[in-house]
Amino acid sequence: MRRGLPAVALALLVFALPASGQKAAPGKPDRSKPDRSKPPALGPVRPLKLPPVLELRLSNGLPVFVVERHEVPVVQVDAVVRAGAGNDPLEKPGLASLTADMLDEGAGSRGTLEISDETDFLGADLSAEAGWDSAAVALHVPVKRLDKALPIFADVLVRPTFPASEIERVRKDRLTELLQWRDEPAAIASVAFARALYGPGHRYGTATVGTESSVRALSRSDLTAFHARTFRPEDAAIVVVGDVGADSVRGELEKVLGGWKASGPGAAAEVPAAPQVPGREVWIVDRPGAAQSEIRIGRIGPPRSTPDYFALTVMNTILGGSFTSRLMQNLREQHGYAYGARSRFDFRLSSGPFVAAAAVQTDKTAPALTEFFKELEAIRKTITDAEVAKAKNYVALSFPASLETTGDIASRLAEQFVYRLPNDWIQTYVSRIGAVTTADVRRVASEYVDPGKVAVVVVGDRGKIESEVKALNLGPIKTWSVDDLFGVEKKSK
Amino acid sequence: MKVRLGLLPLIAAALLASAPAGAQETKKLAVPYVQFTLPNGLDVILHEDHRVPMVAVSAWYHVGSAREKPGRTGFAHLFEHIMFEGSGHVAEGNFDNWLEAAGGDNNGSTDNDRTNYWETVPSNALELALFLESDRMGYLLDAMSPEKVNIQRDVVKNERRQSYENRPYGMAFLKLPEELFPPSHPYHWPVIGSMEDLTSASYEDVVQFFKSWYGPNNTSLVVAGDIDPREARRLVEKWFSDVPRGAAVPPIAAPPAVLTSEKRLTLEDHVQLPRLYLAWLSPVAFAPGDEAMTVLSRVLASGKNSRLYKRLVYDLQIAQDVSASQNSGPLGSTFLLIVTAREGHGLSEIEKVVVEELAKVKRDPPAARELERAVNQIESAFYNGLERVGGFGGVADQLNAYELYAGRPDYFAEDLARYTSLDPRDVQAAANRYLRDDARLVLSVVPQGKKALAAEKKP
Repeated sequence: MRRGLPAVALALLVFALPASGQKAAPGKPDRSKPDRSKPPALGPVRPLKLPPVLELRLSNGLPVFVVERHEVPVVQVDAVVRAGAGNDPLEKPGLASLTADMLDEGAGSRGTLEISDETDFLGADLSAEAGWDSAAVALHVPVKRLDKALPIFADVLVRPTFPASEIERVRKDRLTELLQWRDEPAAIASVAFARALYGPGHRYGTATVGTESSVRALSRSDLTAFHARTFRPEDAAIVVVGDVGADSVRGELEKVLGGWKASGPGAAAEVPAAPQVPGREVWIVDRPGAAQSEIRIGRIGPPRSTPDYFALTVMNTILGGSFTSRLMQNLREQHGYAYGARSRFDFRLSSGPFVAAAAVQTDKTAPALTEFFKELEAIRKTITDAEVAKAKNYVALSFPASLETTGDIASRLAEQFVYRLPNDWIQTYVSRIGAVTTADVRRVASEYVDPGKVAVVVVGDRGKIESEVKALNLGPIKTWSVDDLFGVEKKSK
Repeated sequence: MKVRLGLLPLIAAALLASAPAGAQETKKLAVPYVQFTLPNGLDVILHEDHRVPMVAVSAWYHVGSAREKPGRTGFAHLFEHIMFEGSGHVAEGNFDNWLEAAGGDNNGSTDNDRTNYWETVPSNALELALFLESDRMGYLLDAMSPEKVNIQRDVVKNERRQSYENRPYGMAFLKLPEELFPPSHPYHWPVIGSMEDLTSASYEDVVQFFKSWYGPNNTSLVVAGDIDPREARRLVEKWFSDVPRGAAVPPIAAPPAVLTSEKRLTLEDHVQLPRLYLAWLSPVAFAPGDEAMTVLSRVLASGKNSRLYKRLVYDLQIAQDVSASQNSGPLGSTFLLIVTAREGHGLSEIEKVVVEELAKVKRDPPAARELERAVNQIESAFYNGLERVGGFGGVADQLNAYELYAGRPDYFAEDLARYTSLDPRDVQAAANRYLRDDARLVLSVVPQGKKALAAEKKP
């Protein structure tokens, strides 16, 4: 009840002060109409003042990045390792992902139920997962319970025990998850799109979690070996953001991670660059009775390290990365074919995909494809200065919103570590966006968006859409069944 | 919901999503605010937070699908879409054009009881956001046209296809409210509405809906973030004072919702695995028992050691996932258990284990540690909820939610205290009182042609 008092005191203070500028003294509000003939002018932009990023090191050389944020009594602690699904051997897709998933299924002296019970009891979120380029153990916890959570966090990172019975349990969970993907049009579309772009001979052609047969084949020794090889302080960093002091958190981390030593040689070779798709092909995946068609159109994009990163970010904002983007305005606002339409470059260590996507109503599949291609052609021909200015403002001025929570800031720092970005990349992000010119945006549009060389995937009711799609003459049409994409071993009985 | 770029919208909106908020005993759990009411009835709440140079504007219109009439279901949500299509002084498209050019984001959502709209903008663009929000509150109809309504009708139908019809198990969320609440109850129909009703919504309906429910006297407005409260107040008064008061808002009445027997239903869907839904009616938001049911949901299905997860997923490994939720609304609540069976297992087998576990929690109160574990998780959710000011579920949204449902914006500490003061016997008592075998809905969703996998009534 007393907590209401400061607010009331503040309210009285406001009441006591005449409002400045307008004659809008409280109690006698200004009833005259404001000028609505044009939008109000914007004031000067207020800069983002991020607390400094302190870079410390533990005695074993493990780097620790700390950002103190004291507004909310929570802390985010991420351990990031520079090895992910991209480091899976080609014949063992899913290895990094299953290894990471197993980390909290038994570690140090605790079994999986004990880890779960203790972290839940602490009100903590503890998770471990692998993406394409990295794996991470992430802890989010009220700061008053950080000291109890850190030893569990360190065990999970460094001393996972990979109990055989838990591996079998998690394997079953993954196989069932893959079975359930067959129900999800968006999941089917993304599996098909990756296969169409990269083929089975490239790691990016298969999902990070692998396939049914690879998940079945992974052994305990695969997992322990992958962990030993890739989880090492030489390739890792700790990111701490929240209501902590840098010195005390370094001391606590030293206690639990200062003795961590490498036991393996490091990650294997990186993912090779993928050859660009040579022409245009259309893949239809049949889902009889589907109310919508899931469309994916795209090609091989550049890696995260491309010097065109900022220009591409601005270009994609115009094409399909914002609500006012051309794809959203066309497919949704002008035609009503879809709830949304979007595009993105998936920047990875190697050449990740560029994709334009929407779920459109079945009877508008062909017209929607026509509009997609219209926009993919148009972005290479015309981009105005006004569009570029709006997109740059949108990306740059909304950047502070992506640094609001402890988790937000931690992920930006993890990104910096994984992709070896310069230490000032957060500070210089806005000015790098500002430096992008209309000429840059036009150049990257014509260089990276080539609608003549794309894979087109449509997951929908083939009987209803195929003839219309064929009539568009986009290119050769091929078909996949869901079993072609996911394997037939598990076909329902 | 207007849209989510790159993400599929959650299905959970069919019933009211609960909005727990933030807390701490070492630092006081409090969100200081300034509140005032304009002469036209607009309820304004201001909150300062200077972490990042952004401001969240959140307008809650106290109208949702509960105010719809049979034959016009889905209208509150369709109307939400129309609110982004321009107003008297904002040409179509400029709402988003101007906000994006200023670095702002925006969205909206509709549930049974309210429709919310938000803008998150750099703090120098606060006045722009208030201008836009006030213009559609005051002058929406000046810019409305049947064509705009028609386009958004198509978009909303595609939202329905994407979120329900073309999504595995999606139709279950359309079925649940219909079966749990009687036809005369305002929660009987799903927020998204039926395709037929969306087709028959007319331009006149738009006009009438706006006039009935979208006045400032039926609205609360939160401005939170990097603001000077005096300046923010001046700007709110400048832009909202000329908006005329709307029609008087009649109180909403809901007939009692009572299940008097067990109902069993089976739906066939394009899915690989059968899924069991067990649903009960439960105490309304903030009523006694609401908090015990929330804690019970965690005791049953949050974490590997929770009762149902441990038995079904961890030990027996006959289920892929299990979830439990207390979905609280001011006019009715539901308690929902959802379990997906693994291959080779039917829903009768699943149901038998669920019933055994429910019998245990009815017979004996949960252990002290079990309760504390659940409450600690809830407490953390309160802290985590304070980390973001804007957007869905941010502090601005939470202030609006407490204002509407608890009668005071800064209700964070009191809300948390509902949970921390619980005794294990409260949870046991709630389970006995509300999770009755003879007053529940048992919905089986099974793969096409596999009705044998449904949960069968015991002979």
